Amino acid sequence: MRKILEMNHIRKEFDGLEVIHDISLSVEEGEILSIIGPSGSGKSTLLRCATMLEKIDGGEILYMGERAAWTEPDGKRVYPKGAKEKKIKSYFGLVFQNFNLFPHYSVIKNITDAPIVIQKRPKEEVYQEARELLAKMGLSDKEDAYPCQLSGGQCQRVAIARALALNPKILFFDEPTSALDPELTGEVLKVIKSLADLHITMVIVTHEMAFARDISDRIIFMDKGVVALEGKPEDVFDADHTRIKEFLGKFNRV
Amino acid sequence: MSFSVMLEQLSGGMIKSLGIFVLTLVFSLPLGLLVSFARMSKNSLLRTVTKAYISLMRGTPLMLQLLVVYFGPYYLFGMRIGGSYRFMAIIIGFALNYAAYFAEIYRSGIESMPVGQYEAANILGYSKTQCFFRIIFPQVVKRILPAVTNEVITLVKDTSLSFSLAYAEMFTIAKQIAAAETTFIPFVVAAVFYFVFNLVVAVGMETIEKKLSYYQ
Repeated sequence: MRKILEMNHIRKEFDGLEVIHDISLSVEEGEILSIIGPSGSGKSTLLRCATMLEKIDGGEILYMGERAAWTEPDGKRVYPKGAKEKKIKSYFGLVFQNFNLFPHYSVIKNITDAPIVIQKRPKEEVYQEARELLAKMGLSDKEDAYPCQLSGGQCQRVAIARALALNPKILFFDEPTSALDPELTGEVLKVIKSLADLHITMVIVTHEMAFARDISDRIIFMDKGVVALEGKPEDVFDADHTRIKEFLGKFNRV
Repeated sequence: MSFSVMLEQLSGGMIKSLGIFVLTLVFSLPLGLLVSFARMSKNSLLRTVTKAYISLMRGTPLMLQLLVVYFGPYYLFGMRIGGSYRFMAIIIGFALNYAAYFAEIYRSGIESMPVGQYEAANILGYSKTQCFFRIIFPQVVKRILPAVTNEVITLVKDTSLSFSLAYAEMFTIAKQIAAAETTFIPFVVAAVFYFVFNLVVAVGMETIEKKLSYYQ
């Protein structure tokens, strides 16, 4: 299987405080990887490093085998610019916790603007694809609505469609349901599950344990900035590991 | 002087006031955006210079600034002034002054934008320029409109400061007629003119605000 993403020996610090210590991971084509762990364990930061929203302080990131970011031996970080940067960015998409839809654009415009403006694809084709995506998300009747007229769950589904419209090789989710109530969470998880059936490569940071267990090919349990445990869902969830037992125990209780 | 003649003269002045108003906005609105960029620049020298400029423009009377712009070239460089420079000096003075105020309004709007909008645009592949003009700026306009309306209304009334350079806009004419005819009427007419002008401005701005209220 082809590796879509490789992160090698990633380090990240904020004001001298290291929050990610030497993490390495890779994601293969079609694989679904979930990252779980307590708040403050560095899950979101790791995701933000992978999507270049945060700059790494050590290690290297590769997409499709191409070096996307790395640090020189003297500690200098290198991020390619120009056409190379554009190409690397086209490999991944990200769905945010709080959607970050563009409020001044209608639903369809949110989805079609980037493919038309950035990828310079023909308008008719992009619109047709966007309508198909909306149908898949169960939002065909919301094409002309504005984000402020939608529920949180609907907004998140539009955000997923917006990310998919650019045909990324890999899709990241940063706690996609943490801003939603249980009912809305369900509808978003259902959509993500439907993407899994289409074999879209995904990395999901989530607090939805049952969902992670159900959907993932592999799970990473992060704690205090390191990968504490990694493996198949059943191996991680049933592991004889004090920290994860403690963590999952708290979930089971509520 | 009959009332109709007075009205005619004041209307002629009104056209000139309108000219100052429109040209000031045409120059100061884009200039203000540039100034706000400089004010938020990563370059500390540029930022300090811009801060000093804004501070000077807001800290001294516009009338004084008009006098400096008009007479400055003569006193500083011995250049001949007068003629068409009078009007130019008014526009330069107004534009520089209003750009400083608009710059701070733009800055307030730009800095109030949630970082998530930039991040989403970044991930989708928008360049910095595309992100600003497609995603950020349209939302900034909506946010700053009430503050801009305030400034625009003040500008209508500020055009009367052009009398300090003896430019024949409406208020200058009103003063002349009042002095020559020893009557108070021109001031009443001037007040009505300004008030109606601002009513139109306020309604216009409200219409734009309503147009932008299709989203939150």
